[in-house]
Amino acid sequence: MPQVIGVPKETAPGEKRVATVPEVVTKLVKLGFKVAVETGAGDAANFGDDTYREAGAEIVGSAAQLWAGSDIVFKVRGPSEPEVALMREGGTLISFIWPAQNPELLKQLAAKKATVLAIDALPRVLSRAQKMDALTSQAGVAGYRAVIEAANAFGRFFNGQITAAGKVPPAKVFIAGAGVAGLAAIGTAAGLGAIVRANDTRAEVADQVVSLGGEFVKVDYEEEGSGGGGYAKVMSEGFQQAQREMYAKQAREVDIIITTALIPGKPAPKLITAEMVKSMKPGSVIVDMAAEQGGNCELTEPGQAAVKHGVTIIGYTDLVSRLAKQSSTLYSTNLFRLAEELCKTKDGVINVNMEDDAIRGLTVIKDGAVTWPAPPIKMAAPPAAKPAAMPPKAPKHGEASAPASGVKTAITFLVAAVLFWFIGAYAPPAFLGHFTVFVLAVFVGYMVVWNVTPALHTPLMSVTNAISSIIAIGALVQVAPPLTAAAGVERPETWILGLAVAGIALTCINMFGGFAVTQRMLDMFRK
Amino acid sequence: MSVTLATVSYIAATILFILSLGGLSNPETSRRGNLYGMIGMTIAVLATVLGPQVTKAGYGWIAGAMAVGAVIGIYAARTVKMTQMPELVALMHSLVGLAAMLVGFANYIDPAAAGVFKGAEKTIHELEIYVGILIGAVTFSGSLIAFGKLSGKITGKPVLLPGRHFMNLLGLLVIIYFAGVFINTHTVAEGMTPLMVMTVISLLFGIHMVMAIGGADMPVVVSMLNSYSGWAAAATGFMLNNDLLIVTGALVGSSGAILSYIMCRAMNRHFLSVIAGGFGTGGGTPAAPAGGAQPAGEVSPILAAETAELLRDAKNVIIVPGYGMAVAQAQHTVFEITKLLREKGVNVRFGIHPVAGRMPGHMNVLLAEAKVPYDIVFEMDELNEDFPDTDVAMVIGANDIVNPAAQEDPASPIAGMPVLEVWKAKTSIVMKRSMASGYAGVDNPLFYKENNRMLFGDAKKMLDEVLAALKA
Repeated sequence: MPQVIGVPKETAPGEKRVATVPEVVTKLVKLGFKVAVETGAGDAANFGDDTYREAGAEIVGSAAQLWAGSDIVFKVRGPSEPEVALMREGGTLISFIWPAQNPELLKQLAAKKATVLAIDALPRVLSRAQKMDALTSQAGVAGYRAVIEAANAFGRFFNGQITAAGKVPPAKVFIAGAGVAGLAAIGTAAGLGAIVRANDTRAEVADQVVSLGGEFVKVDYEEEGSGGGGYAKVMSEGFQQAQREMYAKQAREVDIIITTALIPGKPAPKLITAEMVKSMKPGSVIVDMAAEQGGNCELTEPGQAAVKHGVTIIGYTDLVSRLAKQSSTLYSTNLFRLAEELCKTKDGVINVNMEDDAIRGLTVIKDGAVTWPAPPIKMAAPPAAKPAAMPPKAPKHGEASAPASGVKTAITFLVAAVLFWFIGAYAPPAFLGHFTVFVLAVFVGYMVVWNVTPALHTPLMSVTNAISSIIAIGALVQVAPPLTAAAGVERPETWILGLAVAGIALTCINMFGGFAVTQRMLDMFRK
Repeated sequence: MSVTLATVSYIAATILFILSLGGLSNPETSRRGNLYGMIGMTIAVLATVLGPQVTKAGYGWIAGAMAVGAVIGIYAARTVKMTQMPELVALMHSLVGLAAMLVGFANYIDPAAAGVFKGAEKTIHELEIYVGILIGAVTFSGSLIAFGKLSGKITGKPVLLPGRHFMNLLGLLVIIYFAGVFINTHTVAEGMTPLMVMTVISLLFGIHMVMAIGGADMPVVVSMLNSYSGWAAAATGFMLNNDLLIVTGALVGSSGAILSYIMCRAMNRHFLSVIAGGFGTGGGTPAAPAGGAQPAGEVSPILAAETAELLRDAKNVIIVPGYGMAVAQAQHTVFEITKLLREKGVNVRFGIHPVAGRMPGHMNVLLAEAKVPYDIVFEMDELNEDFPDTDVAMVIGANDIVNPAAQEDPASPIAGMPVLEVWKAKTSIVMKRSMASGYAGVDNPLFYKENNRMLFGDAKKMLDEVLAALKA
């Protein structure tokens, strides 16, 4: 009996996202599930009821009906109290929960004997879990939107231009916190042509900042800020002092500040003081992405865009909902990946396997028993540093190899000297003439061929093959030489002629064929 | 034509051959290089035919033989498929070897050629004949076996007889012994027996040598045989006192040897160990070394439609072709896909491993045949560092050349071989018929990597589906 996945309309004010988009409905149906969607659930994200119906979902008239008829409910925001009341006894819920901040909600859900998977509790250190990481996908959307909001409020171009009407300097953007949202903001702002600087307490993200086209600004203080699990931690007083000085300096220089600094389970750190806001150029913009947790800027008004000291301070808490179609699509794909993990048998019945590290981490309530927080994951020991005996890198093609060791060279020369002495002592002068030519030709061949591009190895081989049919000359001179030899021994004419003619025919196959095929190949090489 | 004029013509031909090889080192000048080769050859042949060593009586025979050879050669060159190129080249090498043998025998039984030498000169001349026939015979039989292996008529697996090194050594000793016998004979009839014995042993030696070499080492073998055919020509030159033959033979011989050496370095292997044969069987435990981790985990298959989707959304794509693309004749479809993606603004490039395919530069030729512009075809060294910025790395019918075990597992038989680091791309897609291992017989941990997808099926068929999905 396939289970029913229910997708209710989000009830939180300002929330425009929907937990499942029509595209994902099709995929869920393929996994064997039935999908029910509350009427109008996707309207705010531009997904009409009809598109859901086409994708194979059943449209349900009211929230009460939907909650009652669903075995599994996909939601974006954690359920409100009335929603919990609607929930079926022993049902399953997958949504954002934030269990640390919402102990009351956990209790209510546990009372319903529910099984709850909090998408925000995903163990992000598992690389397998990345595809389900909704925090990341949503933060990316928020980071993008933050830059768009800033550009909207900012009175100038982002990119520098030199036009007939004068020179426009590029906007300078400073991004505090290079998490997923910060990195998305860096990429977006850099893409628009701004000069982007960024800072983060975790030194390891510096490379990521640079890779997206930003410049990493260091705080002049030694302390590592990685708090485990990829999150930041609270820093020492000395560090914070140095950080404040750096922010004050940036505030005076830049046009736009985007703050994304969050510490899990704590109010957002106040990075931008009123003083700093005052020091900014008039017309500057601050986007405070931490507004919901109190804001990184002292003057932020959560949910509002306010102008203070000539600086627009944007404290929207619904950045993600302002890009509802995109964020819904990403979120529902995350949920679909989770559904795949839960239903490996593809028969439309989920199995909350508590042995699986990723699912164990996500599950905050299992059949009415609170299982949050999950025990820390025992990661396999990090891969040992690369084996010390890494074989030496093979030299690049065409590159001179390292000079051979002295002993080796000496031995080679000694052998060559003995060989040459031997030849010189016994060989007749006529032979030596040929020998000279031979040795020199070997070296010429070596010099000529050494730098051939690998792409041409085949034509080169085929042309050398054609050239080696020069051996035809050996046969040619034997066909009918002027007979000056001393009489006495009879020349076996027929035999020689036969052998020579056969030799000529064979080499000519090679000669003509070789050149023709080389030509054919070379004609194909083109730009 | 006088002797001096003929000699001067030979010098001109020599210069043209050197220019020809030099020209082949760069795509821009390569066509001119081939032209130089043809002109050089024409001058050399004409100078010989019109020169003092050929009388009018021979013209008819020469013209007839050349016409027959030319017709067969040009026909073969026109009709050969680009994927069969390695076979054709191997077959042609065998012809040179055979011709060298024939010329050697003809020279030996010709009293006009031998009569003029006395003492040390005679010994050297006979040694030259002996060595010329020896190299010719090894080239001939070795190339025939290489042809058989490349065309699939003979198993590609190394055939290893027990005590093969010992057998080779024994053969060499017999050959040296009969060289002594041969030099001390006085008439042609007497000398024929040791010469024949040596020829048979050389032929067997050629067969044995190439049979013992595994399919993965074929590029090295083909270029090595190329080198042999040059040495055979040089030996013939010594025999005939002909400097043109010596120079040209030496040029071909050394260039072939260097190509083999370059190939060996690309596989991080010693030239001698390739020649000694039996790759991956040296220690007797190829796939399960005690210290080496067996790759484990699940492979994630992918469908053609999903592949198309990945490609469409990608910004940077690197395609890594291998022998499988050649077998499936998929290069034209690959180009269609490339063209389509490039029109959509996707940066598509090709990464070629030096030993991809069965002949040096095999992949380049196939891609060129499909009209892929050569400025988007890169060598391994040129783009190996770009994989981390690549969205999709598509591996078409290649295996060992993208095996991360070469870098990660010091116990692997291919450890240290430079490989294309496709696993560093965001997603890698491997097109393969099955999970079978490559020529080296080594399992590939790439298939089990988190970001790798397997597209099973015939490369041509799968790529056609991908193309259809891209167009849709």
